[in-house]
Amino acid sequence: MRFRFTEAAIDTQAARQELQSLAAGGYVSFEGWVRNHNEGQEVTRLEYEAFQELAVKEGDRIVAEALRRFPVAHALCIHRVGSLALGDMAVWVGVSSEHRGEAFDACRYIIDEVKHRLPIWKKEHYRNGDSGWVNCERCAAPAQHTHAAQHHDLAATAK
Amino acid sequence: MSSQVAPVYGLILAGGSSTRMHRDKAALKYRGSSQLDRAFELAGRHVPEVFLSVRADQTLDPMRAQRRMIVDAIAGEGPIIGIRSALAAHPRVAWLVLACDLPFLSDEAVDYLLRKRDSAGFATAYRSAHDDLPEPLCAIWEPAAAAALAEYQAGGGHCPRKFLIRHAVPLLEPLDRRALDNVNTPEEYAQATAALESAAPMQLHVRYYALMREQAGRSEESIETSAATPADLYAELKSRHAFSLPREQLKVAVNSEFSDWSRILRQGDAVVFIPPVAGG
Repeated sequence: MRFRFTEAAIDTQAARQELQSLAAGGYVSFEGWVRNHNEGQEVTRLEYEAFQELAVKEGDRIVAEALRRFPVAHALCIHRVGSLALGDMAVWVGVSSEHRGEAFDACRYIIDEVKHRLPIWKKEHYRNGDSGWVNCERCAAPAQHTHAAQHHDLAATAK
Repeated sequence: MSSQVAPVYGLILAGGSSTRMHRDKAALKYRGSSQLDRAFELAGRHVPEVFLSVRADQTLDPMRAQRRMIVDAIAGEGPIIGIRSALAAHPRVAWLVLACDLPFLSDEAVDYLLRKRDSAGFATAYRSAHDDLPEPLCAIWEPAAAAALAEYQAGGGHCPRKFLIRHAVPLLEPLDRRALDNVNTPEEYAQATAALESAAPMQLHVRYYALMREQAGRSEESIETSAATPADLYAELKSRHAFSLPREQLKVAVNSEFSDWSRILRQGDAVVFIPPVAGG
């Protein structure tokens, strides 16, 4: 299992242990946090929902792709679902590797792909009492452009 | 007087003596069920109570006797008597009136009629795709129509279709041209049977997430559908649940794997529509 969901807080210490290897000279991780604003709105909390059967399969494929493309030792991604408060960790990616360069590249690849390939949805609750599903409601069109831009970045990095 | 919107009950019309079919139309079978049973089941999926409209001489008919009935209580003949009798029996109820001889009538068509209901008017009805005239026997008749129908009959009228024309009731365009096709002759019956057997509906399981779960008001449902592909299925469900997202913004999964929109669906498939994602 290279990708999994959790409903509880992500235990980064335990996750890091799973990547340890005497052949690895370093470890890179990325933590995604719930921030207090988005698109000019003050955010008070988030809810994450996932189509888990498919997301786990696709998440495993993304991590497997990273392991094929970059010569790293181990990689793991954990995504949280449920109701999250400001500052909570929503997603964690860890990669261990012989050298640092490919560890950064693999970590970046995984988080970018996870963000736009996995069937995971995020509902933002705002200070003004409003709420909305990110990319599904008022900002559906701009979100498409963001994705395209990320793809180009990624292709450039991967080369 | 309450100004609340009247509840809707179902009224199945199966009283016609069917001279052209040479047999009781209510007993005609499609895919193993009689027209009468199919009409009851269809209406029962959309409204809380369903009654059968019968003439006084039909109350002991074995096919009809086990149903809750509304017996014609007004002198005369034809569907207008059945509609008026129901309105008289339950003066605060609106009636989803369905003729039993509409074998292609779908849940989608009934649901659309109910969603477009004009409870302030006399009726909500479809425009026939064949002659552009109102279809009074797949329609919702409001309590307010009772007095106007009585007046119309007192003036010599007897045709509910002409009543709808006279009162310029606004008409809905049918979503499916065939939905209101009725079956009057043995030839039409043979054609309808063949068409229904070849487009045999199947049972599918649909799960909803995020915005679509909220718009559908449920996280899953089992549905019977003739949709051949996920694209057809989305068109059907988008209209049923008033989904806001166009299909171009979605992906689809069948049996927990991403799928093409043109894949042929099979009995028992599990379908998930995937709105724009936002993980991380």
